[in-house]
Amino acid sequence: MTEVHYTKDHEWIAVDGDIATVGITAYAAEKLGDVVYVDLPALGATVAAGRVVGEIESTKSVGELFAPVDGEVVERNEAVVADPAMVNGDPMGGAWLIKVRFTELPALLTAAEYEELTQG
Amino acid sequence: MENSVSPVPASNRDPRPSPLDAVHVAAGASFTDFAGWKMPVRYGSDLAEHETVRTGAGLFDLSHMAEFLVGGTHAAAFLDAALAGRASAIAVGRAKYSLLLAEDGGILDDLVVYRLGDQRFWVVANAANHDVVAATLAERRTDFDVTLDDETERSALCAVQGPRAREVLSRLPGLVLPEPRTLDGIPYYGIAEATYGETPVLVARTGYTGEDGFELYLDASAAPALWADLVAAGAVPCGLAARDTLRLEAGMPLYGHELTRATRPVEAGLGRISDLATPGARVLVGLAAEGKRAGRAGYAVLRDGAVIGEVTSGALSPTLGIPIAMAYVDADASAVGTELALDVRGTAIPARVVTLPFYSRKAVS
Repeated sequence: MTEVHYTKDHEWIAVDGDIATVGITAYAAEKLGDVVYVDLPALGATVAAGRVVGEIESTKSVGELFAPVDGEVVERNEAVVADPAMVNGDPMGGAWLIKVRFTELPALLTAAEYEELTQG
Repeated sequence: MENSVSPVPASNRDPRPSPLDAVHVAAGASFTDFAGWKMPVRYGSDLAEHETVRTGAGLFDLSHMAEFLVGGTHAAAFLDAALAGRASAIAVGRAKYSLLLAEDGGILDDLVVYRLGDQRFWVVANAANHDVVAATLAERRTDFDVTLDDETERSALCAVQGPRAREVLSRLPGLVLPEPRTLDGIPYYGIAEATYGETPVLVARTGYTGEDGFELYLDASAAPALWADLVAAGAVPCGLAARDTLRLEAGMPLYGHELTRATRPVEAGLGRISDLATPGARVLVGLAAEGKRAGRAGYAVLRDGAVIGEVTSGALSPTLGIPIAMAYVDADASAVGTELALDVRGTAIPARVVTLPFYSRKAVS
């Protein structure tokens, strides 16, 4: 069973075994507006939690993609790179961005905690 | 405007709602705090809204704009003295783009002056500069026999923009122009006093999108009914995000970006608006790049690796599909065709100086 966590940086993390699938939340996608460019870390890149590893650019602004965990990028969603508008269409599903193999999960937000954050 | 995502507004006081706020909430708009006003930033997709204005008819709530009614026997002479350019040379029923300059020539605001009558002018200023415009006009009115009324609170502004704007307005049953005036008789940068039902409305053929269109000024209390009629007539609500990419493609300056207190008119290519014509050391230019990554306000412009300018506005152009930007660059790097680069967060993206505007509508009507 996959468990979904959230970060203060408006990302979601679906954990399955030692693989974390990372995307941005519907709230973040809505705030960004139409996404026109997505830059993701290279396959095999080592990422550190809290560090900027990519960009999500809309017509109006630039959002940063933060690595939510320490680990190694094992998959990139090339479909989203080719069609960035997917981020607006299905941010919590088909428009996942990267998969990271990790050893330890840091403290993350629950769905309820994240919801509270976005309504504050 | 914003160049990074700040999901939680930093404002510490509640922004003022538009007279159309309830309409926007019901339409599911996303809002932004713009110059102290809570205004719709988009209703759905800002790209779709941009496209609507380029191909159909978009509808904008611009009730945040500042309006002043200037009247009296000295009205024209007062505006001649207070603003750059000659308001007295504007024919009745016409309008002119103008600037409010500080004593040292810096730009306090850019505005549009409409002449309603021999002794009546409608002056429209940016929301962000409402207070400084009100104070400066009040200060400069000494010695002139004029009335100066701040109409900002009372008035709403609905703008219908796009190639089908005229068609939409012609389908508006309540809108009546005084004989013999017609919508087609209002030229670009013209204005007519009309009525919408019982309410007086100013119908101006102006805009900030690069398309044909009309701006309708009327009492705030009548705005929700007008808005509903415009939507029923085929206008599609559009937010300020689309308005910003539209005006950027049209090469139109935005106060706070291309124009500031430190900008001289000649640098911004507005020397013809004012009499101050000393050459500037830096010049406002258009830049076009390739790929999908846009230069944003504040990013450095490079020539052979050296910083020679700064971006004031930039986006991936929805209409053209390439990154475009307006920037101030050193005068010797401003010739059309000059190869420069944008420092996009550490990556140098090649960009070329191009003629403004980036986009011009096909000549019609």
